[in-house]
Amino acid sequence: MAGASPLNSRSDTPLSPSVDESRRGLDLGSDRRFLAALILIGGTYVILLLAMVAADLFYTTPGHLWRALGSPEIRYAIRLSLLSCTLTTLLSLWVAVPIGYLMARFEFPGRAFLDALLDIPIVLPPLVIGLSLLILFQTAPLRALETVFPVTYAVPSVILAQFMVACAFAVRTLRTTFAQINPRQEQVAMTLGCNRAQAFWRVVLPAARPGILTAATLAWARALGEFGPILVFSGATRMKTEVLSTTVFLELSVGRLEAAVAVSLLMMGSAVVALLLVRAWGGAGLGGGTSLQHK
Amino acid sequence: MISLRHITVQAGGFQLRDLSMEIPTGSHTALMGRTGSGKTTLLEGICGLRSIRSGSIWIGDREVTNLPPGQRGIGLVPQDGALFDHLTVRQHLEFALEVRGWVPERRESRSRELAEWLSLTPLLDRFPAGMSGGERQRVALGRALAFHPPVLCLDEPLSALDDQTRGEIVAVLTEIRNRTGITILHITHNRSEAERLADRILHLRDGRLES
Repeated sequence: MAGASPLNSRSDTPLSPSVDESRRGLDLGSDRRFLAALILIGGTYVILLLAMVAADLFYTTPGHLWRALGSPEIRYAIRLSLLSCTLTTLLSLWVAVPIGYLMARFEFPGRAFLDALLDIPIVLPPLVIGLSLLILFQTAPLRALETVFPVTYAVPSVILAQFMVACAFAVRTLRTTFAQINPRQEQVAMTLGCNRAQAFWRVVLPAARPGILTAATLAWARALGEFGPILVFSGATRMKTEVLSTTVFLELSVGRLEAAVAVSLLMMGSAVVALLLVRAWGGAGLGGGTSLQHK
Repeated sequence: MISLRHITVQAGGFQLRDLSMEIPTGSHTALMGRTGSGKTTLLEGICGLRSIRSGSIWIGDREVTNLPPGQRGIGLVPQDGALFDHLTVRQHLEFALEVRGWVPERRESRSRELAEWLSLTPLLDRFPAGMSGGERQRVALGRALAFHPPVLCLDEPLSALDDQTRGEIVAVLTEIRNRTGITILHITHNRSEAERLADRILHLRDGRLES
């Protein structure tokens, strides 16, 4: 449609050019090509991911899984994994709730340093964490402790190795969760008669529930997948410090690929369930949850 | 009466210095000022949510300068209501009463009374999710008034509402004042809102109060 602009009544030459003219030089088909390129590049990764899972699934037969589940060593590893991951999760929440809340609400000297410190377990190679724990437990006070309460190369070391990494993820998640809760809510609770602790228990903690569940699930899944620090700090002793990730390593090292794949599939299944739970709880603290309402 | 005597409040790098004012008992005072003029900082200072560097705050004949927020007898209604998403309307209305250890029967009768008064009775068992702006503000008002505070602080309670709802909340606020004789300090940057509701308007300009 060619015509004069309604805003410009005295002009003889139209200010609004014709549609043809306005489209000249524009490559309107490029949107489709752009999207196609995005899908192609991203799709490669997704296909690889699915192919990996499919390969594992096709490699394993129900017989392999059954045999793996029948082995006393693997049954022990399943039990120890469930126990250690659950304890790790509880310990992680116990620590991450206070740290997350403090970091989200208070300004204090050394806060930036603490912030960086809390990320160390996330960025450090897992093996290094195991090695550092091993060295730490060679120091005099902790060696004294080990004479009454053995840690290194025993079950407590598995939990400690898992905890050091899993807790960092719980802290990250809960810090975001608490930061997303409007501080006005606590303040109103305080004008209504609560002290800080009461405001925390009655208002903040219930509001943080989805984030706490997400943090717990992430910590659990992370603990289940932990391997490097456990290998170094706990060893890989069958029927003693063997968790599922250790099983995969041990079975693989003696050439029993079927058993390694069967156990991998078990772990994969657990991880998928954990991820689904995180999604179901709204992924709070991971970008979801209440919006920030600062004034 | 709320009386501020030479108070200095600090918020980060921002400071309100040597402010004094008196708000008569039963009055509705609007505190106006531009964004960033320190209205909310002052309100937080009065409510005990921000510590005072110097000076004193009195409510009636009681000095509250160093009292925790819950002991000052101030009901606070923030701009967005700041409702508790995990509590029902009834639990909101009974929140302060439960913290203060009221027996269930008294709590129940007070929440019923407030709900009736604020037209919240049909919503008593509902959670805040999905409520309209007007409903949320009425819940926030009910929650603040439940424990019979002598002072009500409103932080831009109408700013997030549409015109019709605003009229409705203005009517509620007028009725609250007529019924209870409560002293109201009302922060706003809307002149017509201040003129409709307040019998006194104060301006916070360059860190000073002017009437």
